[in-house]
Amino acid sequence: MRLTVNGAQHHLVGLDPRTTLLDALREHLHLTGAKKGCDHGQCGACTVLLDGRRVNSCLILAITQQDAEVTTVEGLGRRGEPHPVQQGFLDHDGFQCGYCTPGQICSAIGMLDEAGKGWPSAVTEDDDLLSDREIRERMSGNLCRCGAYPAMVPAIRQAAGR
Amino acid sequence: MKTFEYRTAAGLAAGLEPGAVFLAGGTNLVDLMKLGVATPDVLVDVNRLPLHEVSGLPDGGIRIGSAVRNSDLAADHRVRTAYPVLSQALLAGASGQLRNMATTGGNLLQRTRCRYFMDATMPCNKHRPGSGCPARDGDHRNLAILGGSPACVATHPSDMAVALAAVDAVVQVDGPAGQRSIPVTGLYRLPEDTPERDTVLEHGELITAVDLPALPVAARSTYRKARDRASYAFAAGSVAAALRVADGLVADVRLAFGAVAPKPWRAYVAEEALRGQPATEERFRAAADAELAAARPLRDNAYKIALIRNLTAAVLTALAEDVR
Ligand SMILES: Cc1cc2nc3c(=O)[nH]c(=O)nc-3n(C[C@H](O)[C@H](O)[C@H](O)COP(=O)(O)OP(=O)(O)OC[C@H]3O[C@@H](n4cnc5c(N)ncnc54)[C@H](O)[C@@H]3O)c2cc1C
Ligand code: SF4
Ligand code: FES
Ligand code: FES
Repeated sequence: MRLTVNGAQHHLVGLDPRTTLLDALREHLHLTGAKKGCDHGQCGACTVLLDGRRVNSCLILAITQQDAEVTTVEGLGRRGEPHPVQQGFLDHDGFQCGYCTPGQICSAIGMLDEAGKGWPSAVTEDDDLLSDREIRERMSGNLCRCGAYPAMVPAIRQAAGR
Repeated sequence: MKTFEYRTAAGLAAGLEPGAVFLAGGTNLVDLMKLGVATPDVLVDVNRLPLHEVSGLPDGGIRIGSAVRNSDLAADHRVRTAYPVLSQALLAGASGQLRNMATTGGNLLQRTRCRYFMDATMPCNKHRPGSGCPARDGDHRNLAILGGSPACVATHPSDMAVALAAVDAVVQVDGPAGQRSIPVTGLYRLPEDTPERDTVLEHGELITAVDLPALPVAARSTYRKARDRASYAFAAGSVAAALRVADGLVADVRLAFGAVAPKPWRAYVAEEALRGQPATEERFRAAADAELAAARPLRDNAYKIALIRNLTAAVLTALAEDVR
């Protein structure tokens, strides 16, 4: 089967159909940025972008995504030139141990795109889709055991250009 | 995970051989396969079928293709203005990542979150018929107060389905035996002594769409959900409501409760008690109580009665004030 990750096409020969996208990335393509936290959709550590949309790669079978473009944290920015969300996390210390961080960053990128399209959230009251309250709700699919949340909000706010 | 054969669906009415199941977003099915609770022989992927559109119906309603993602549906302009309760219910569920995969059809057919059901090593009448129900005397804090049976007291976990039940949505189904339409309120079975079957669907029947009828009262509707944490958690109780008040009286009302029964619980008794009555918080509370008179709580879930009563009163009062 084929898998397109960060612009490169890969052929995975004899891949077991049970392989999740997360395991295909980590164990077969050795892209270990996306992390395995819970493996059940409950923590967001495995978040990647699928055709630009944020998803949990632990609940997706790799075999179903042969026509998709997958972007992992490894595919963001360039050396010396981090993605604005990565730069925000650096500037605001948006992490402690860093385990949840690749998922947080991919999720934030997907989330900013959603807000940019005008998508509402559960707390939307007016046109301000990126207030701190909005950022918290929209990022609630990413847990952080270190509790680095207070630093992530300004990191993401900065990346949103505010 | 048990191994399986994977293929893409051949057509809408192609059906399924024994042991085969449909795969949509996979956010529930793949999870249950990892847990060893779902053990299909064949996965038939429906994601390439032409079921991704939201379109207008001749009567002014809308048709939602069964493969439309929860996030796209919540953001749809027609849904946000004509059926805000549906958009709000979707946004109250799961997370941004999960909603980007989860589909309309899969959301309706997601299985209970009862912890014994999700643990293949435990007895459970729903995943192993006849093995017993440890929830009755065990952890049933989030299980049913309405519609349960001695064999099973599972709750249906979907937020979306509660909103759909409130607005009289209709499920369109296709299969080898032909097409049929099933109201969402009639899609789910109560467990009785066969809790292994959640719905009235036959093996191989594919949900192709969900139709929302033209329903003016739904333009003034809302969804409120109570849960153990502020976001990204299943409901402890929820209420979907639509209300039209004229001259201080209830002219039209739709009400459904979530996380209290094996199905989204359309509150017909409460609706009946409210029609034509003064739109006051006191009446709203009494109407919720009339519906909840049938509740049979277990040791640890009686809190849901007060929760639903208070949510109902709060939601209807807010809608009534909005109107005046
Ligand atoms: C951590 C977590 C938190 C969650 N929180 C919430 C929450 O708060 N509220 C909430 O409502 N939900 C919640 N969910 C559940 C989520 O909404 C469902 O998993 C999702 O909606 C299922 O949709 P899917 O397309 O991924 O279904 P799948 O997993 O692909 O399928 C589910 C079932 O439906 C069947 N099926 C799918 N499509 C069709 C079709 N067209 N015709 C016939 N059968 C079909 C499949 O065979 C399977 O049995 C949560 C899930 C997780 C993992
Ligand atoms: S309540 Fe239903 S799903 Fe839960 S253990 Fe009992 S039989 Fe199984
Ligand atoms: S590892 Fe995928 S959500 Fe936790
Ligand atoms: S930084 Fe440690 S889990 Fe988030």
